[in-house]
Amino acid sequence: MTETAARRRALVHEVLGRSDYAIIGDIIAENSKVLDAGCGEAELLAWLVENKNVDARGIELNPAKVQKAIARGVSVYQGDLERSLRDYPDKAFDYVILSQTLQQTVRPLEVLREMLRVGRCGVVAFPNFGHWRVRWSHLWSGRAPRTALFPYEWYDSPNIHFLTIVDFESLIEKQGWRVDKRIFLSGHRQVRVAPNLSAEIAIYQIRG
Amino acid sequence: MIVDTQSVRFPSIALDSGVVLAPVDVAYQTYGSLNADKSNAILILHAFSGDSHAAGIDRETGKPGWWDNMIGPGKGFDTDRYFVLCSNVLSGCRGTTGPSSINPATGCPWAMSFPGVTIADMVRLQKMLVDHLGISRLLAVAGGSMGGMQVLEWAVSHPSSVAAAIPIASTARHSAMQIAFNEVGRQAVMSDPDWCGGNYYGKTLPRRGLAVARMVGHITYMSDESMREKFGRRFRGKDQPGFDFGVDFEVESYLRYRGSQFVDRFDANSYLYITKAMDYFDLAAGYPSLAASLERATAKFLVISFTSDWLYPSYQSLEIVNALRGRNRDVAYCELPSNYGHDAFLVEVGEQTEIVRGFLARVAREVGAA
Repeated sequence: MTETAARRRALVHEVLGRSDYAIIGDIIAENSKVLDAGCGEAELLAWLVENKNVDARGIELNPAKVQKAIARGVSVYQGDLERSLRDYPDKAFDYVILSQTLQQTVRPLEVLREMLRVGRCGVVAFPNFGHWRVRWSHLWSGRAPRTALFPYEWYDSPNIHFLTIVDFESLIEKQGWRVDKRIFLSGHRQVRVAPNLSAEIAIYQIRG
Repeated sequence: MIVDTQSVRFPSIALDSGVVLAPVDVAYQTYGSLNADKSNAILILHAFSGDSHAAGIDRETGKPGWWDNMIGPGKGFDTDRYFVLCSNVLSGCRGTTGPSSINPATGCPWAMSFPGVTIADMVRLQKMLVDHLGISRLLAVAGGSMGGMQVLEWAVSHPSSVAAAIPIASTARHSAMQIAFNEVGRQAVMSDPDWCGGNYYGKTLPRRGLAVARMVGHITYMSDESMREKFGRRFRGKDQPGFDFGVDFEVESYLRYRGSQFVDRFDANSYLYITKAMDYFDLAAGYPSLAASLERATAKFLVISFTSDWLYPSYQSLEIVNALRGRNRDVAYCELPSNYGHDAFLVEVGEQTEIVRGFLARVAREVGAA
């Protein structure tokens, strides 16, 4: 990593807080077309516009968040991403981002396929259910795991599909997708050894 | 901000019907100042019963404009940054040529001999005004309801003259229900004996018919929730039924008041012409699909609808938004929560202000008009 890249990443950390945003901020090329599916208040997109001059679009279901995003100056569409992706033409974007949303979708495979149809590539970040703390929590308590990453009770969790890095790798292989990049994070630190045990967040750049 | 209505006369305008109307006057108001390269102009398009007095205090009447809460210094359409203008629509009755204007050939009001007009005709006249002011590209066109239809027409007919388009609580075409309500209004006017085939000028005005039309209109602009909240079943000035078919309920009193107030400022024939123009409007007409027509539009869009608006329901805004997304156009869409029904676009100021301000700032930055 060059010094500028390091400085920029430090800045992304500071501005965006979320470690996956920092990585995604780094991955996205300048002047590209980006769709963030499930963009929240569009903090990431606004940062990408400011720093990478991207043409930014977002999809978000929560109306209050959509209002904040539009007030921030980002073109966000209020809608359910599972039903909205299909409206865009093929390869409309250079990147379609799905940041910590996959595990909340009803039909994750369909969402991924649509992402890869609409975008030249997809950037997917998800919390890794295979992390050792999750496994420990489950083994020790005998209950649905609760960790810093999965803080919810089973009955009020927005997460409805739990996946691990190994699960995702096997899906990629089965679907014949190509992986451009895979990055694993524990906190703000990148991990390389035994990611399925040690990584809290996995970030993939994939192509259909 | 004290404002004056200005007027400009053009020798003629060719209408969709094939008729050439000559001459034609346009009444308009402006707020803020045009910058040196004339890149900061925003055209506001009024709804069915609006006029050119969108903002500020009118010098003659002393009344605030119909969107004064959205247009002004520091407001959503910030007149410290943008030059905002609004004109009365063709076939209106507030300074722009319409059926109550004098036909120079006869020296009498046009009345029902006034040619039929369309939303595209209204936009054509606005384009003449904008050209007359030396503005080659508008930063934005914005409006609610019928104003939103004009926004869409602008974006499709004059794509290179519009950087941004903001249709609010609007539609690309009226549904059967919307046409039906307009038809009830027209029939109310035309069945008033004082309407006289439209030749009532200088005589008794068709006040009752126009008032009933307006009462129906006002019902469609509200919502079940807002009416329950505002009136409930409360009696007006009494605590029991009168059994005399006078005013019993608050809601009756309100509708009668709004109806009678309307006839003092609106021409019954204009009511007929403008409602027809709305009903005829179909952005997709002449194209294989709505998406095909919107493909011509290159403006950045901000589309807004309201949850309780049953007259212009969100599905109509979504039709526009999804057609634009299907062509990969730049469009932001938000359905704002509100209990006010269709009136929400005039009432819900706070959220609209934030959204419009942020959207305009981005577009101004992108087109270099900031």
